[in-house]
Amino acid sequence: MRITDVGSFFLFMVNCILCNNFIFSRFLGCCPFLGVSSKVQTATGMGLAVTFVMGIASLVTYFVNLILVALGLEYLQTIAFILVIAALVQFVEMFMKKSMPSLYSALGIYLPLITTNCAVLAVTIMNVENSYNLFESVCNGVFGALGFMLAIVLMAGVRERLETSDIPKSFKGFPSSLITAGLLSIAFMGFQGLVK
Amino acid sequence: MNIQWIHVVYALLALGGLGAVFGLVLDIADKKFAVEVDERVTRVRAACAGANCGACGYPGCDGFAAAVVKGDAPVNGCTAGGAKTAAAIAEIMGVSAGSSEPRVARLLCQGAVGIAKERYHYDGYKSCQMASQMVGGPKMCPYSCIGLGDCMDVCKFDAIRIENGIAVFDENKCVACGMCEKTCPRHAIAVVPKDATVLVRCQNSDIGRPAVEACTHACIACKRCEKTCQYDAIHVSNGFASIDTSKCTRCGECAKVCPRGCITVIGGQVEVA
Repeated sequence: MRITDVGSFFLFMVNCILCNNFIFSRFLGCCPFLGVSSKVQTATGMGLAVTFVMGIASLVTYFVNLILVALGLEYLQTIAFILVIAALVQFVEMFMKKSMPSLYSALGIYLPLITTNCAVLAVTIMNVENSYNLFESVCNGVFGALGFMLAIVLMAGVRERLETSDIPKSFKGFPSSLITAGLLSIAFMGFQGLVK
Repeated sequence: MNIQWIHVVYALLALGGLGAVFGLVLDIADKKFAVEVDERVTRVRAACAGANCGACGYPGCDGFAAAVVKGDAPVNGCTAGGAKTAAAIAEIMGVSAGSSEPRVARLLCQGAVGIAKERYHYDGYKSCQMASQMVGGPKMCPYSCIGLGDCMDVCKFDAIRIENGIAVFDENKCVACGMCEKTCPRHAIAVVPKDATVLVRCQNSDIGRPAVEACTHACIACKRCEKTCQYDAIHVSNGFASIDTSKCTRCGECAKVCPRGCITVIGGQVEVA
């Protein structure tokens, strides 16, 4: 899937957000998806943080990859990308601590854990494997993260209502959340084949 | 094997260079986005005992330090650190420490092997909590120390060991955090002032014969101690004697008259009458 004109740009977007949703189709980044999806507000904050990290990581790793290829060091891809992601997460953490302390404390341990969020590493490696150009890489990162945000906010909305609903005691909390995640995933299967 | 050293150098340079660049950027960002933390919080945190034991009632030492600076927690709230820590924190906060008398955890039971009668031989999972729920526990006395070491496991200061089927406390290591007191399923541990040397070491609520049958050192609520005490400091209630440490003069007269030897004087030998 390449971006050649405006039409293909929108197809690319739909593909990233709905068809190949990181959580519901690729099953990447499930830890924060389950960990921070109890409130819509924090879920949105997490989604924005991941969007920022994924977007910038796609941009920076594109250039890092150029350097690695030029030096013939493609085998260092994983460690170099993780270095980029870790540094970015550190930056986001500092920024949030300063400007959004309430969100910072709400995200807690999950903010530094974006470092090890497999979805972020996956998007950078996918960019390289599909040999996307700079624009496609950034689009893939940002739209992929928006898909993640869509998933986590949907989940948070459902969980907020589950909180107050009368469900069997043994299903309260995580069991019902996992079932919800499964049902959402099945629903998202309906988008498969929308983009060829 | 032919190592192409140039590739090693490239790899080192590439990753080292990336690391250096990111480090530099992060350093600048750190300065730019520095958050003003009350420096007293850092200093109070450093003054704490640092065991994260939770005895102060806050989630760890960081929470306690923040609460002290905010004014929510008392400066002598760190029980693990004791008087020294309280003084240090008080100095940082510019207030007086107040008195924080040294306290220590003691076992209110003497039911060692051979003293307390066994109800059955327990050979299950080593947990007092579990054993205490099995037909009244492995010892006849339902108020006794079970001696499987739940308190020992929870003690972060290595102050408790199990000897002869009961918990033994090392008063030099004990910081009176009270974790053992909370953990003991029999409530047989009490955190008491360190100078409260005269203690009733039994909480058996049974009166007379059932108590005698359970343990040779069980309080039978005979009230001899209550009659002997000149200072109105020892009273029998709920079937066992207990001492009001604020009235007790540590004379040890009660220990001398106790027919069951369940009152002990720490640091002094008292014969059972």
